[in-house]
Amino acid sequence: MTLNELVNPVSERDHITGSLDAPVILVEYGDFECPHCGRAYPIVKAAQRALGDELAVVYRHFPLAEAHPHATLAAEAAEAAGGQRKFWPMHDMLFEHQDALEEEDLVAYADALGLDRVRFARELASGMYAQRVRDDFRGGVRSGVNGTPTFFINGARFDGNWGAPDEFIAVLAQALASR
Amino acid sequence: MANRQANTNKSNGNQSKILSAGTPAPDFELRSTPDKTLKLSDLRGHPVILAFYPADFSPVCGDQTALYNEILPEFREYGAELLGISVDGVWCHAAFARDSNLHYPLLSDFEPKGAVSRAYGAYREQDGFSERALFVLDGDGVIRWSFLSPVDVNPGAAGILQALESLSPRSAGASTSAQVHV
Repeated sequence: MTLNELVNPVSERDHITGSLDAPVILVEYGDFECPHCGRAYPIVKAAQRALGDELAVVYRHFPLAEAHPHATLAAEAAEAAGGQRKFWPMHDMLFEHQDALEEEDLVAYADALGLDRVRFARELASGMYAQRVRDDFRGGVRSGVNGTPTFFINGARFDGNWGAPDEFIAVLAQALASR
Repeated sequence: MANRQANTNKSNGNQSKILSAGTPAPDFELRSTPDKTLKLSDLRGHPVILAFYPADFSPVCGDQTALYNEILPEFREYGAELLGISVDGVWCHAAFARDSNLHYPLLSDFEPKGAVSRAYGAYREQDGFSERALFVLDGDGVIRWSFLSPVDVNPGAAGILQALESLSPRSAGASTSAQVHV
């Protein structure tokens, strides 16, 4: 059974740091209000430092809205920032301020990142990116995402322990070595 | 021995033999709230997802129930009903459902303890609680897909959705089912 493979391969549609051709691609399905994702955030950064250009990181949305009432709007805020080419700075901002994700907080972050505040607030209020977030979620469900964060390394779900940075980096290095 | 990735060999060794596809699902009537019961056969005509799980409030189930709660609209697109089942009592279920803001019923396989889980081959005698097992039933009450997860692994929902897709009218054109729905 190949239930736990990415059904939507990484593509131009994705938010990616690094190259689509990188030998190791780490896909994270995450939720900006999820405390575990907040814990994973610096670990992913550490992995990026350790592997450099050999690692590309993709972030896809998996808001557990029933458990995390701010998660969906925060995901849409990241997309709205992406519309102004600032997805990753907003992604970082949100994970660094997980306890302040009200709409006015999100607009303040857009301001702090130098975004067009009026456009950002309008797009956020209009739900313009709701479908995009939902599409990420649906693709995640079909790929076997079973909670947040869920990681895929070169398309296969990683069921090991991401919480130990050294171990996680070793697994990524192994994926690199086996290319 | 081909599957060397299994990281839970010990628990796999103790896993049950669950009912498989093609088996009529044993009927049951269990409490869903302190004053209401739910009978499986009353749901005929709709696909039913049975999600047996070990316990309310345990960390993995927390994830699994939160996930299913979130995916509920997609299950309902297939007309499917989702039922969670564990040996916890109704009051415990009520607290768990309230705490997690759940929108689907949790059934109490409480007295006689684990009887329904046993009927589906999804009871862990050595632990005294249900396996983490999934069943997808068609509208006629026949099991069309079942899956036993290691007790500490959240099985996600991809398998359930694939099973529901294969039951859906769109793909059932070539079905050999002799049943006629009226």
